[in-house]
Amino acid sequence: MKELKYTITDPEGIHARPAGELIKLLKEFESAITIAKDGKSADAKRIFGVMGLAVKQGQEITMTAQGADEEIAIQKIEAFLKENL
Amino acid sequence: MLTFQGKSVINGVAIGKLFVYKKGEQQVKRARVEDTESELARFRRAQQEAIKQLQDLYETSVKSIGEASAAIFEIHQMMLQDDGFVEAIENIIRTQSVNAEYAVAATSDNFYKMFSDMEDDYMRERAADVKDISERLLTALSGRSAGMEKLSEPVIIVADDLAPSETVQLDKDKVLAFVTVHGSLNSHTAILAKTMNIPALIGTPIPLDDTVDGKPAIIDGAKGILYVEPEEKILAQMQERKRAEEEQKELLLTLRGKENITLDGRRIKLYANIGNSKDLAMVLQNDAGGIGLFRSEFLYLEKEDYPTEEEQFSVYKTVAETMAGKKVIIRTLDIGADKQADYFKLAHEENPAMGLRAIRICLTRPEVFKTQLRALFRASAYGNIAIMYPMIISVDEVRRIKEMVAEVKKELEEQHIEYGEVEQGIMIETPAAVMMSDELAKEVDFFSIGTNDLTQYTLAIDRQNPELDAFYDAHHPAILRMIKTVVDNAHKAGIWAGICGELGADTSLTQDFLKMGVDELSVSPGRILPIRKIVLETNVNAL
Repeated sequence: MKELKYTITDPEGIHARPAGELIKLLKEFESAITIAKDGKSADAKRIFGVMGLAVKQGQEITMTAQGADEEIAIQKIEAFLKENL
Repeated sequence: MLTFQGKSVINGVAIGKLFVYKKGEQQVKRARVEDTESELARFRRAQQEAIKQLQDLYETSVKSIGEASAAIFEIHQMMLQDDGFVEAIENIIRTQSVNAEYAVAATSDNFYKMFSDMEDDYMRERAADVKDISERLLTALSGRSAGMEKLSEPVIIVADDLAPSETVQLDKDKVLAFVTVHGSLNSHTAILAKTMNIPALIGTPIPLDDTVDGKPAIIDGAKGILYVEPEEKILAQMQERKRAEEEQKELLLTLRGKENITLDGRRIKLYANIGNSKDLAMVLQNDAGGIGLFRSEFLYLEKEDYPTEEEQFSVYKTVAETMAGKKVIIRTLDIGADKQADYFKLAHEENPAMGLRAIRICLTRPEVFKTQLRALFRASAYGNIAIMYPMIISVDEVRRIKEMVAEVKKELEEQHIEYGEVEQGIMIETPAAVMMSDELAKEVDFFSIGTNDLTQYTLAIDRQNPELDAFYDAHHPAILRMIKTVVDNAHKAGIWAGICGELGADTSLTQDFLKMGVDELSVSPGRILPIRKIVLETNVNAL
C-alpha cells in the first residue's frame, strides 16, 4: 500500500471541476484508491465520495492506493494535486 | 409597478418581458413491482439515456459557453455513474420491490441532504446538481423529452432556481437576464450570467405566477432591483442608462488604446475628473490619459476634523502610483459655498457663492493650506503630480501662493524629504481671471477653465434656481469668447490650457474647442471615449 499526504492550496478547495478531473485520472488505475480527511475516508474514484468530504483550502488529505499499479498511481496523483489543487 | 430586491451578479440594465420558467414538476409515486430484474434494467436504460444526453450537452456547450463552464456536464455524468449513488438506487429497487422512480427520488433526497447540510456555501450549491441529475433520470424514466420550451422573443427568465442542464439549453440570443428566487452568487445561474455578461438577480423574493409572467420589466443591476410594470419615469431613465451602456460598450471595443488625434493631426489630451480615489478603476477602464481634476474636497468632507498630512499623503500617493507616471492634477481644497464641513466653522454668509471659499480659505488659514501642500509635494516623489489652485482672481494671489509653496519646499529640503517636479496651475473660473489671463499666464504652468462657476459668475445666473432656466444658455457666446481669450493668452505665454468644467464634456462643442486650440479636456471618465470618437472624426482645418 502506498500513501500520500497533501495540503490543498487551491482557494476554492476540491470543487466539482478538479474532483471530476481527479476521478477521470484515477479510473485508469486498477488499484483501490481512497481519499481521507480528518479520519473520514471515501472511495476516491467516486465523485460523491470525493466531494462529500468537502475539502477546503489549507486542509490536509491522505490518499492511499492498494493494488498492482499503486506505485505509479500515487506518483500520478501527486503530480495532479501539485498541478491542480 | 412592483419592485423586488435581489443580489446582483452583473451591473447593467435589462429591459424586456418576464418569462416564468416552471420545472415540469415530477410527482413520484411509490409502487410495488413484481419483476425487480426488469425494473433494474429499466433504471439502467434510463441511466444510459441520461448519460448520453449529458454527453451531447457537454459537446454543444463546449462550443457555446466554453470548456470551463461545460465541465459541469462531465461532472453530472460522473455523478450518474457514481457507485454509491447507483448502488443505493438499485438496492432500494431490489430490497423493497419498488419502482425505479421511487428509488431515484429517495436516493436523490439522501444525497441532496448530504450536500445541503454542509457548512461550505459552494458545497451547499452542489445539492442543486444532485436535484438536476435526479430530475434527468426521472424524465428519462418517464420517456418524455427534456428541455425548455422554445422562446419566441428575448425575455428575462424568472425561475425558482435554474439547473445547468436547463440554462445550457436556453437560446442565448433570447435571454436578456436572469432572476431567480433561490441560488447564491456561486450558483450556476450566477456563473452563467457572468460568462454571458448579462444582468442577473439571485435570491429575489418574487412570486412565480401570473402576477409577473409576461409582464414588462426592468432589471437595474447596479442597485439589484427588479421593476415589474415600471412607471414611465423609471422606464425612460433606464432606457437612457441602457443606451449609454451600449454606446459605451461599443466605444470601449473600438476606441480603447487609440490616440486623441484629429484627421489633420491635431492632438488633444483627454483626462478624467474624479472626486475620490475609488473612481480610479473607471479612469483606467475608460482609457483616460491622466487625471485633469482630482477634487481633494472629499478628504475634508468625509471627515469630522481636518485630515492630517499623513492621511492626505497616503491618498495622493496611491493615486499617483496607480496612474503610473500619467499626469494627476490635484485641485487644492475647494470648500465653501455648497460644500461645507462643520469643523471649518465658517460663518454663515448671505451670498456664499461669492464668499469665503476655496483659495480664499487657504490664504486666510495658512496652516490648513500648508498641510495640504506638504502632503502634495511629498506624494509628488511617487508619480506625476500637478497642483491646481481654485477661485483665483488676481496675480497677487498667485504670488502669495508661490511664497507659501517656496516655504513648504524649503521645509521639506531641510527635513531631507524627497519631492518631485510639480507643475502648478490655476483654475480660470472668475471673469477677473479671464481678464487677467495674459498676466496670470506668466506666473503659472497651466490653466484649467472651470466653466461651471465661470458661467454662473459671467451670466449672473444661479444654476440652483430653476426659474432662471429660461435665461440660461450653456453655450452663451460670452463664455465661448472667454475660453478663446484664455487659450490664446496661455499659448502666448507658452503654457497650456484645458477645460475641466461640464462644458468640456459637451460633445456638441468638442469641435469648437479643437478649433480654439484647447490643449486638454478633463471630463467624467465615462465621457472620454465619446469625445475621442468625435476627435478622431474631425478635420480642424475644414471647420
